Amino acid sequence: MHGKALPYLLLMPATLFLCVFFLYPFVLVAFEALTRDGAFTLDNFRAMAGSWKFPVTVRNTLLLAAIVVPIQLVMALLMASVVSRLETGRSAALYIFAIPLGISDLAAGLIWLAIFDQSGFLNTLLAHLGVVDRPIMFLGYQSKLTIFIAVALAEIWRATAIMMVILVAGMGLIPKEYYEAAEVFGAGPWKRFVRITLPLLRPSLQTAIILRVILAFEVFAVVAALGGTNLPVLMGETYNWQFTLQDRNVAAASALLILAISIGFTLFFLRVLRVPKEARI
Amino acid sequence: MAEIAIKGVAKRFGGFTALHQVNLAIADQEFMVLLGASGCGKTTLLRIVAGLETPSQGEVWIGGRRVDHLPPRERGIAMVFQNYAVFPHLTVFENIAFGLRMKKLPQADVERRVNRTAELMHIEQLLKRYSGQLSGGQRQRVAVARALAMEPDVILMDEPLSNLDALLRLEMRAELKGVLAASKTTTIYVTHDQVEAMSLADRIAVMHQGRIVQAASPVEVYRNPAARFVGSFIGNPPMNFIPATKAGNGSWSVAGLTLPGPKSDKQKIEFAIRPEDVDAGSEGLHATVRVIEPLGPHTLVTCDVEGGLFRAILESNASVKVGEQLRLAPKPDRVRWFDPETTNAL
Repeated sequence: MHGKALPYLLLMPATLFLCVFFLYPFVLVAFEALTRDGAFTLDNFRAMAGSWKFPVTVRNTLLLAAIVVPIQLVMALLMASVVSRLETGRSAALYIFAIPLGISDLAAGLIWLAIFDQSGFLNTLLAHLGVVDRPIMFLGYQSKLTIFIAVALAEIWRATAIMMVILVAGMGLIPKEYYEAAEVFGAGPWKRFVRITLPLLRPSLQTAIILRVILAFEVFAVVAALGGTNLPVLMGETYNWQFTLQDRNVAAASALLILAISIGFTLFFLRVLRVPKEARI
Repeated sequence: MAEIAIKGVAKRFGGFTALHQVNLAIADQEFMVLLGASGCGKTTLLRIVAGLETPSQGEVWIGGRRVDHLPPRERGIAMVFQNYAVFPHLTVFENIAFGLRMKKLPQADVERRVNRTAELMHIEQLLKRYSGQLSGGQRQRVAVARALAMEPDVILMDEPLSNLDALLRLEMRAELKGVLAASKTTTIYVTHDQVEAMSLADRIAVMHQGRIVQAASPVEVYRNPAARFVGSFIGNPPMNFIPATKAGNGSWSVAGLTLPGPKSDKQKIEFAIRPEDVDAGSEGLHATVRVIEPLGPHTLVTCDVEGGLFRAILESNASVKVGEQLRLAPKPDRVRWFDPETTNAL
């Protein structure tokens, strides 16, 4: 067998699998989104955008991503810096930080529901401490802000570790000599972080941010568990169109919108955090 | 003025002692080379002076100021790293400017200094490039320029030429010597290459197993090794050693020859001579020729003397044959003697 063909042959099964189970359904969805009763139309997108809930869902989704992702980024950088500097117990710390990764997003939502619920841990604690006489409705339909905060907290708790793991791996790739050179040439710890770590970490930052932003636009189960319909988000609306309103075409349009937003942000971060070939480690 | 004083510096890594109570004084503007085999502690000592390693014990003084508790950036030093550590995400200009920017110098000063040192190192045309677009030799020049641009009191160099190919190394060696002499800085230079050490140094500190065995001028280190190790480490081929037994007061029997030597109570000492310090003739040590290696300017002859290997450098027109018996007469003023117990020179 010709040596050059081998890698392609080895990749073939996975590629075929993706084509059959991803590309084909994707084409079907795109087709559904753009047709109604067999005719091409943009009516599905009009119906989606015309719904009174649509501006709220877009706003909620973007706001959630805009708040959660930067907080996670800062926390992940901080945690990764600390973990990278550990001489012993580094893997133990990594495993502990990574525990939330092993939990499904619905389970994560339920854990935080158990905390914020009317008869949940937080209310019990507050009652025991005598701070409140009767339980507070943290997640009622009137307290949109607390729902939002609870969802943001759950998301931060659940998905910061994935960024951290990527960043720890990236920091491990930066040779120690660069830090020593920076130290000798006058950079204190903060300057070393800003002038050496951050720029050399760009490829990992790129991966971590893109991954996290895409996940942020797909947020669904945590919101469903904590807010029900009180905090509508894009993915929740897609679900609604499909199963509650039984309109596959509009649901498909909604799914395509999420995909478009994800692709848009991915391209944006690929461009902004691009490392020129000659400037790589 | 930046003289350096290393006082009783020791370094232990767990149970391993990398440096034992090292003392070394380096004069202002002196070019000091730390020479030794890998693992002798020379890089550790350099890193302690730089502040990248903390001594377990002892003091480091630079320019009359005790610095061992200061971070590297407050020691008035610049350093050239073995792998250059040229920042890949910055252009050559910004690499050279790095330390100056940290000092918050005005832009005009930064440009002036970067341009001047770039010119000095012949890399003006590379200022806009990134490290990934440079050859090893060019990276080396950037690393040196970055250190010189700081106009430091002290430059520390950790095997700076070891990653270059032989020809480039020769070229850079001569250039470094000129540039550093002109910069009027005190230099500590770590290397395992004795030729590099001999050609660059004002003084060489020969290190062995975490100790400085001898610190002296290159010629002194070569001619008068303070210890057997120095004689066997420096010189290619190294010194020849032959056991000597007492023949009388101040005279010693060496491979059947009686030679005048030091007065000592010991019964057994060691005779030593450099390969080029013997003459083939009708007198001297009995030697059987084993291998002949013509090297151009001279011929290296490996012989058996009293069952031990003995190397002699003879003129290239000397006609010797393998298996031949030679008499090799040591030049009297070049003979050295060592105590086999302490290994020190007598």
